[in-house]
Amino acid sequence: MISNAITASNLTKKFGNFTAVDNITFNVKRGEVFGFLGANGAGKTTAIKMLIGLSKPSGGEATVAGLNLMTQSEKIKERIGYMSQKFSLYEDLTIRQNINFYGGVYGLKRKDIRTKTADILAELQLEDKADEKVGGLPLGWKQRLSFSVANVHDPDVVFLDEPTGGVDPATRRQFWEMIYAAASGGRTIFVTTHYMDEAEYCDRISIMVAGKIAALGTPGELKERFAAKSMDEVFLRLVR
Amino acid sequence: MRRLLFIIQKEFIQIIGNRAMLPLMTILPIVQLMLLSFAADSEVKNVNITITDLDQSQFSRQLIGQITASDRFTLINAPLAMRISDHDLLAGEADIVLNIPPDFERNFLKGYPAKLQLLVNAINGQAATVGSGYLMSIIRDYNEDIRLETAMGVGRVPSRIEVASANWYNPDLNYKYFMVPGILGELVIILVILLSAMNTVREREIGTIEQINVTPIKSWQFILGKMIPFVFIGMLLLTIGLTAGKVIFDIPMVGSLWVVFGYCLVNLIAVLGIGLLISNLVDTQQQAMLVAFFFVMIFILMSGLFTPIESMPDWAQLLTIPNPVAHFVAVMRKVLLKGSGFADVAWNFRVTAIMALVFNGLAVLSYRKVS
Repeated sequence: MISNAITASNLTKKFGNFTAVDNITFNVKRGEVFGFLGANGAGKTTAIKMLIGLSKPSGGEATVAGLNLMTQSEKIKERIGYMSQKFSLYEDLTIRQNINFYGGVYGLKRKDIRTKTADILAELQLEDKADEKVGGLPLGWKQRLSFSVANVHDPDVVFLDEPTGGVDPATRRQFWEMIYAAASGGRTIFVTTHYMDEAEYCDRISIMVAGKIAALGTPGELKERFAAKSMDEVFLRLVR
Repeated sequence: MRRLLFIIQKEFIQIIGNRAMLPLMTILPIVQLMLLSFAADSEVKNVNITITDLDQSQFSRQLIGQITASDRFTLINAPLAMRISDHDLLAGEADIVLNIPPDFERNFLKGYPAKLQLLVNAINGQAATVGSGYLMSIIRDYNEDIRLETAMGVGRVPSRIEVASANWYNPDLNYKYFMVPGILGELVIILVILLSAMNTVREREIGTIEQINVTPIKSWQFILGKMIPFVFIGMLLLTIGLTAGKVIFDIPMVGSLWVVFGYCLVNLIAVLGIGLLISNLVDTQQQAMLVAFFFVMIFILMSGLFTPIESMPDWAQLLTIPNPVAHFVAVMRKVLLKGSGFADVAWNFRVTAIMALVFNGLAVLSYRKVS
């Protein structure tokens, strides 16, 4: 069993002269909820895009789910789930059709897609809306549905890019319950966020500043190191 | 393979689920087909003529009688001064001016050459050539008649060359038979190229493409999954269009419909390659629309649909070789009107198949999952 779900060493991404991600090195353990923090433009999304194979690294090495990012990025795609900042399920398909499509794309059998669909609908309590178009759902439900669809193929690692942007605290709470449930089953969660209360929910966090990792540790360790009462304070100290 | 089926299924749901799209894709082209086929009629039926008869003889009046007896010509003015008939031409009222000089009859009877002057308004080139053609043949016939009459006394009449002409493949010169198959071919291609050009870029604009790119879907699966539903739509449209053409215009279908549908399939694949390539290279649907229109205009106007390819300059004729609309129009006309078989249109098949390979290859290559 591989102990590290993600390893990154000196991972770099340059756009011309601009270095968006500058030699970052970190490991994420299997089953961990890893928080990836940083101000806007600090390079979080670029880093995540490299790890999920949407953007080719300019330098460095990385493994995801035990596979080499440079040589096996298509293989990695079968083992990871991804939920982007922007809602990206098909709004003109129904909930059932979206689950069916992504299940099929990830190679699930018809029978498994059926059970998965039933599970997801039950978990989100959306049974009566199964055949409604996704576009009409409230944002909170869309986000939770996206998360479920990102998990439809039981991936080893799930990448979440600001998954709770714009939703109310109660829905965020429900969302984090879903994250914990997934992590307790051994799934690794890599999540970027702006909300410092959410950072507290993570097992470990890294804070990116100007393309570099400025701090990495458990929320407790970081607060101690920066002699701060809350993660808010830690963040503000680093970013300023 | 299963993955491809899921993509196709999803595309179909999206197309059929869009309530406005399906009627737009099937009914509008049929409306266009009817409208264009009735309107795009280059048969010259009415030519306005001004005749200046300065001879005022029996011969000149007979000739005028023959011309006005033809239902193609409308005599709009018969002035006694060429100045006035020139004016009619300048004002655009007359398409043709015929001037009969003072000594017309006298010269003829004396055995001198009898001359007539024909002035043609050639702004509309086709009406001009066709109109003067009609007029020339009337004059020729009349010439023949008076020669026979006057030759009675003289004796020997030189024998004339009789030309009996027949119009093959479209014996009644029904212009719609010629236009409907071509317009139908053009409509199928245009619809499909526009739809496909808008497709991938739409996913990019909405952001769903990012989700697709983190899945193990391969480029060719994605492109093929987009293409197959459009091929169905194109074939459906061709079927509806041919049915409408048969019912409304009674167009002949001399050749095998298998060849028509077989060729349509190859052509659709080529055109979809172009559409999807455009879609991959642009950033917004607006750009896609503009680029697609650029090609569509060139494809249509240089397709031989409205103006014969044979009368284009050499370089333009070469440009019609990679024009899918030109091939489609040619194949539709050849097979439906002339009954050409597969062997007769094999060249069109070959060229189109090469285009299909090239454009789809480029479409797959230009679809990048990684930036």
